[in-house]
Amino acid sequence: MSVAALFPSRLRFGDWLETTAAWLLALLWIAPLAYAFWAAFHPSEYSTRFDLTAPLTLTNFTDALSQAPFARYMVNTFLLVTMLLAAQFILCTLAAFAFARFEFWGRDAAFALVLVQLMITPEILIVENYATLAGVGLIDTILGIGLPYMASAFGIFLLRQAFKTTPRELEEAARVEGCGWFGVLWRIYIPIAKPTYLAYGLVSVSHHWNNFLWPLVVTNSVETRPLTVGLAIFGAPESGVDWSIISAATLLSVSPLLIAFLLFQRQFIQSFMHAGIK
Amino acid sequence: MFKMFRKAVLGVAAAGCLLYAGAVQAKTELTMYYPVAVGGPLTKIVDGMVVDFMKENPDIKVNAIYAGNYNDARIKALAALKSGKPAQLSVMFSIDIYDLIEQDAIVAFDDIVETAEEKAWLQSFYPSLMENGRTMGKTWGVPFQRSTIVMYYNKDAFKSAGLDPNKPPQNWEELASAAKKLTQPDGSRWGIMIPSTGYPYWMFGALAMQNGQVLMNSDGNETFFDHPKVVGALQFWKDLGSKHKVMPAGAIEWGTLRKNFLEGRTAMMWHSTGNLTAVKKNANFDFGVAMLPASAQRGTPTGGGNFYIFKKTTPAERKASMKLIRFMTSPERAAEWSKKTGYIGISPDAYNTPTLQEYVKTFPPAAVARDQLQFATAELSTFQTGRVRKLLDDAIQSALTGAKEPAEALADAQAQAKTLLMDYK
Amino acid sequence: MRPDSVRANTLHHVYGWLLLMPAAILLIAFTHYPTVATLINSLFSKGNIVRPSRFIGLGNYEAMLDDPIFWKAFGNNIWFAAGTIPTSMILAIAMALLVNRALPGRGFLRMAYFTPTILPMIAVANIWLFFYTPEIGLIDQILETVGLQGKNWLGDPDTVLGALIVMTIWKEAGFFMIFYLAALQNISPELNDAARLEGASRWTYFRRVLFPLLMPTTLFVAINALLNSFKLVDHLFILTKGGPDNASNLLLYYIFESAFSFLDATYAATLTMVLLALLAILAIGQFVILDKRIHYR
Repeated sequence: MSVAALFPSRLRFGDWLETTAAWLLALLWIAPLAYAFWAAFHPSEYSTRFDLTAPLTLTNFTDALSQAPFARYMVNTFLLVTMLLAAQFILCTLAAFAFARFEFWGRDAAFALVLVQLMITPEILIVENYATLAGVGLIDTILGIGLPYMASAFGIFLLRQAFKTTPRELEEAARVEGCGWFGVLWRIYIPIAKPTYLAYGLVSVSHHWNNFLWPLVVTNSVETRPLTVGLAIFGAPESGVDWSIISAATLLSVSPLLIAFLLFQRQFIQSFMHAGIK
Repeated sequence: MFKMFRKAVLGVAAAGCLLYAGAVQAKTELTMYYPVAVGGPLTKIVDGMVVDFMKENPDIKVNAIYAGNYNDARIKALAALKSGKPAQLSVMFSIDIYDLIEQDAIVAFDDIVETAEEKAWLQSFYPSLMENGRTMGKTWGVPFQRSTIVMYYNKDAFKSAGLDPNKPPQNWEELASAAKKLTQPDGSRWGIMIPSTGYPYWMFGALAMQNGQVLMNSDGNETFFDHPKVVGALQFWKDLGSKHKVMPAGAIEWGTLRKNFLEGRTAMMWHSTGNLTAVKKNANFDFGVAMLPASAQRGTPTGGGNFYIFKKTTPAERKASMKLIRFMTSPERAAEWSKKTGYIGISPDAYNTPTLQEYVKTFPPAAVARDQLQFATAELSTFQTGRVRKLLDDAIQSALTGAKEPAEALADAQAQAKTLLMDYK
Repeated sequence: MRPDSVRANTLHHVYGWLLLMPAAILLIAFTHYPTVATLINSLFSKGNIVRPSRFIGLGNYEAMLDDPIFWKAFGNNIWFAAGTIPTSMILAIAMALLVNRALPGRGFLRMAYFTPTILPMIAVANIWLFFYTPEIGLIDQILETVGLQGKNWLGDPDTVLGALIVMTIWKEAGFFMIFYLAALQNISPELNDAARLEGASRWTYFRRVLFPLLMPTTLFVAINALLNSFKLVDHLFILTKGGPDNASNLLLYYIFESAFSFLDATYAATLTMVLLALLAILAIGQFVILDKRIHYR
């Protein structure tokens, strides 16, 4: 307050400078995406020429859709993230509840072993995990893409944290009303941890929507390929496909998540923050 | 909680059933992977051919799966073998032959053909297209989407540079001098581009053969990377960029090169014949297609994909696979395929069909690849192909980017290739 | 101790393990078992028709130490990390400070910074390929209009890694911003008022007060960024395939190539062990640092 009163003009200039810098940076940051929009909605002659009078077109999208089964890929991705999230919620809830609420032999060692997965994610062990999956006949299934990620150390960690901070009095009150362990979990712990579920859910969905290396290795066919893999083999430079069509395909692939993000921006950012602070 | 769990389990199980549905069928079912390495909606064409086949053969069901580039197709097909849903046949890179044999994954066609007619069919293809499919006295791969390298050139650019648009360069000297004239000093147009990512060893196979030397023996256990003529070929490639300055220095991207050509940023490009139809469709200038120029002789490697039949197949599946392969490689289909894509009509009979006769008449460039076949050789393929190929690719790129001298780069590659292939002698 | 509480305790052990079981089975199957299997596999030779796979001790490791591509990829990983992490973190702090204040269009700015985070790396690579393509790419076209000669960004070993680093910074800075935003929101605005009352400039306030307070976040972000930088290879599939001449090859991509292109699972296992060792060192580093952090509190 006092400094501002002393040097008003200098500060105002500083503010102006900062605002400009912030906006320049933001424009620079959305430029690549804006360019993808430009290329996707204009005929390919204009893909590298910026002419405001260029005609708008949707043919790039129809071409992309007719050249590769993006609708099917989208269904696959959707199935994948839904199934995965459901499994993660269940497995991580049970494990986190065990760590938070039970004293059992080897708990700390077990917890340390769980945390190993924070470092060693399944895609690093791609060769062995591939062999394991082939052994149980789950190569080229959507279940196979999701399986290694279902027990998520990150999810267990977050939920354990949330359960641990849940006041015991609430649990005791529920017990007085005759709740068993699952009743307590279901009525007390899970409702209180809702923000954590939301945060973890959004982080997990966006992570697996975008995951590539492991699905690339595991999937062989249109019926299982998620969007990222479909997009990669569609747009691989070898195929020499038209830029405008690749741009359209790229936008198609990111659109569900992008739209969800734009609509629920605050929740997304809050969730990423929530999941980030440990 | 348990309700939720049960629902999830049921959901997963249902999804699993959906994924496996269709596996139970009375008729013979074939799964086939195929790659696409050049532009255009080629998947549509393959799928269309497969549909036609199933119409003619209602007792056979074919799942044709587009698997990405050649590398992806091999990975996927081999992966499928190890998983519960194996493929019975696939189109894979012609150079994968040694890896597939070593994995004990494929059967030789000699062991499947029975009738005299089938034996004659196996002899009906252009011999140079069979080179990559034969080793150790047997035929393992049958040509399908096969190509050679040709030179695309921009006739309008030739005219504006004072060159005869109907006389593309015939040898290396002419190539260098024409490219010099075509290169614009302001950088708006280069004389020539030869791609050096994606498949550099393939382009290099052409240069080496033109200089009078192939890259490997026919048993797949020896390479000749450090042969003086091979070194000379790499020196010439490098000189185009660093000495003649008619080609950009550094690696030139395989995938975006066609766009460079179509935008008039290079007057000439070397590329797969598989791009012909796409170039024809999109060029807004007059373009020509020529055989690659000669040094000591003309030369190009063949390229592309062959049909292979996997070992893990029942006699019925083998029979059905043979039917499908014979259908897809029949002169009429081959002609149609060639016309739609630019790939080579794989047999002389294909070029005798009315389809291709007509097409070649109205569009003479379509015949260039065929006429060049007499100068063609196998493309680089050895045991440990992936590694050996990468050695050569890296050597080429290190020379073109100026990190190493051609002789040094190739000598290193040769030494390492020798170690890798020692076991197979 | 009363008998029924002993019984309850015993039941606790059983319940605990039962609850943990489903997750534990999957974790063991896809994290612990494969780690051990990788170690064992790395001690065997690649089999071929002539010589079946056999135990060779550290033979693969010796071969790896002689493998120039391994060293190149390893070095690239270090450069990639060194190139992306500090810059994107500085940008992330700047972004967080900018949008933590009442600026016109704050919501839009925050969205703009964060958007790249939710795009898949494959899509990002597709878009950036159009920027980097020589002659006809966007960057070269812009250079051309101002009269400069374009460059073959991805085809030149001197620029390819830099090009990938710039793209990755764009992708990641907004993600790191989130952590700083979260940290900034926990810092009391009274600190700022106090500093201003004492006449400290904003720079001094940042340097003396804010930055030290953000230190735990910085450490946390740095280590996680480092872990991530070893796992991030998706863009190579689209942009360079590790070329030219391995100038942009990274360890995980080389592992993928060895296993699935060269069909050499044992060498891939050897490379994986190196990656695991690196990650373990980082993890221990993180543990030690976080431990210290707790002491300070």
